[in-house]
Amino acid sequence: MSVPRGVTVSTARLRLRRMPLHIAAAVIVVVCLFPVYWMVATAFKPNRDIQSDSPQLLPRTWTLDHFRAAVDADGFGLFWRNSIFVTLAAVLLSLLVALGASFAVARMRWRGRRQFMLMVFIAQMAPWEALIIPVYIISRDTDMLDRLPTLTLVYFMMTLPFTIVVLRGFIAAIPPELEEAAQVDGCTRLSAFRHIAFPLLAPGLMATSLFGYITAWNEFTYANFLIIKHQDSRTLPVWLSSFQNVFGTDWGATMAASTLFALPALAVFLLLQRHVTAGFAAGAIKG
Amino acid sequence: MTVVREADAPPAAPLPRPGRGGGGGPVGSGVWPYLLIAPAILGMLYLLAYPLVRTVLISLQDFQLRQLIQGDARFVGLRNYETLLTDAQFWQVVRRTFLFMAVNVSLIMLLATLVALVIERLGRVGRIAVLSALVLTWAMPVIAATTVFQWLFHSEFGIVNWALQQLGFTSFDRYPWFAHGTAAFTILVVLIVWQSVPFAAITLYSALVTVPTELYESARIDGASARRIFRAITFPIIRPIFMLVFSLEVIWTFKAFVQIWVMTNGGPGDATTILPVYAVQTALSSQRYDLGSAASMVTVLMLAGVLVFYFRQMFRQEGEAL
Repeated sequence: MSVPRGVTVSTARLRLRRMPLHIAAAVIVVVCLFPVYWMVATAFKPNRDIQSDSPQLLPRTWTLDHFRAAVDADGFGLFWRNSIFVTLAAVLLSLLVALGASFAVARMRWRGRRQFMLMVFIAQMAPWEALIIPVYIISRDTDMLDRLPTLTLVYFMMTLPFTIVVLRGFIAAIPPELEEAAQVDGCTRLSAFRHIAFPLLAPGLMATSLFGYITAWNEFTYANFLIIKHQDSRTLPVWLSSFQNVFGTDWGATMAASTLFALPALAVFLLLQRHVTAGFAAGAIKG
Repeated sequence: MTVVREADAPPAAPLPRPGRGGGGGPVGSGVWPYLLIAPAILGMLYLLAYPLVRTVLISLQDFQLRQLIQGDARFVGLRNYETLLTDAQFWQVVRRTFLFMAVNVSLIMLLATLVALVIERLGRVGRIAVLSALVLTWAMPVIAATTVFQWLFHSEFGIVNWALQQLGFTSFDRYPWFAHGTAAFTILVVLIVWQSVPFAAITLYSALVTVPTELYESARIDGASARRIFRAITFPIIRPIFMLVFSLEVIWTFKAFVQIWVMTNGGPGDATTILPVYAVQTALSSQRYDLGSAASMVTVLMLAGVLVFYFRQMFRQEGEAL
């Protein structure tokens, strides 16, 4: 099978014309990924390679010492447990509360519905950085300082508005006739919702819980300023930020710890990226 | 103009659904909706509205460490705002905040638009590669990324100094990035741009996809240049989403705190101190809760200006009955 001459010439020319485009794409990929790569690569390098005058792009010898140092570090397991507890609790609470509220908004007519949604939109833009002082004072006055449930509540509130907005969109997209039919067949309103609408909500639930997960897993400011005396209640981001003091200048261990901390976020995000983008399109962008 | 047109013509008024609630007007369903929204309302009142009110109150009081412990704060009117607004250092921080925001947002929007245009022109494989790289960058936790950037710019073993030396810039031998104000400021800009471009680029790309290809074809037949096509066709169509991303980035960079706090703590000197950092430093480190709250309120008010813009954009796009 010989390809006609003219075709090869024009594909070659087309390829040449598209060269700058492909170079640009390659540059984007490298710039995006290099810091992530450098973190992982450093974590696997022995110390003499880390502290060398000519950095190696690939580890010459691989070592797990830094990961061992990070895992053995004081409180590592404890801070993981704290972070997981706070994150899960905040996400579940936010989903539960948002599911009720968004159902009320999407499916029921009541006085104050518009005002409620306006409030949610405003809350979505809340200046959390500016509220740290009063939240600190309120927590102290209610004896909630240094306690993980405080962080749970704050993260719950940080993710709630977004969750309501997105779930409202998803619920509104499900034709109510489906549930009505089930109700005619003898289901209660609640069980009709559970059996008919709830499965259809899965993508929305996924997108919002991922958003909550990322927010809570990464939050630093409140975790840093609300957990002061009781060091055992610290979360991973705070622990990681104090790493250089704990380890002196052990960059290998610091990068290993960063890798371990970033891994869950990277994995989950990559796995569910389509839902995230869809969720953002429905939530952050539209409202 | 698909985005806008869809929003312009929503299904008129929300129709009362048959067999439920009854005739017109927002009636029916009894107490159920209120029970369902009650937890959300409580949360918003207790964790947002109340703290905001407290911030306003503290900013009007003499509230320092003693008052924090004994709780006998006294109202002093606008004295804290007066102290703040007559302080030259505060205005320097405000100017720096706006500079920081302007530099970051211009770079983010420019690069994100370019990246989005590149993705749109790529083939399937290339597009997936670039989008995955962007998503990975986007997913990188802020603290982890900040730590990695400290490592990249490490004076002795950092790969940036090494690369600059290899390129012939020998003055970068052991260059202490975090000891120089401008250099530290630059690293923070690089970090924040690196973290923000993915979201902006992916969003702009999803907007670019909505541009009907027929428009491009006819423009090309008319012999329009690539730049002219972008200015006359592409940009007007993606403008609503462009403006939304723009206002979001303004809000986010204006509030940037974690990266600065962890990387430079506002230093060296106060070279990287922007408003949120200033507020926390004043309040929690110097125990001037009153001045810190006033600075927070100034930040909120400035952000409110952006928010009005944001909401106008949002409602124009959303259009539909809430």
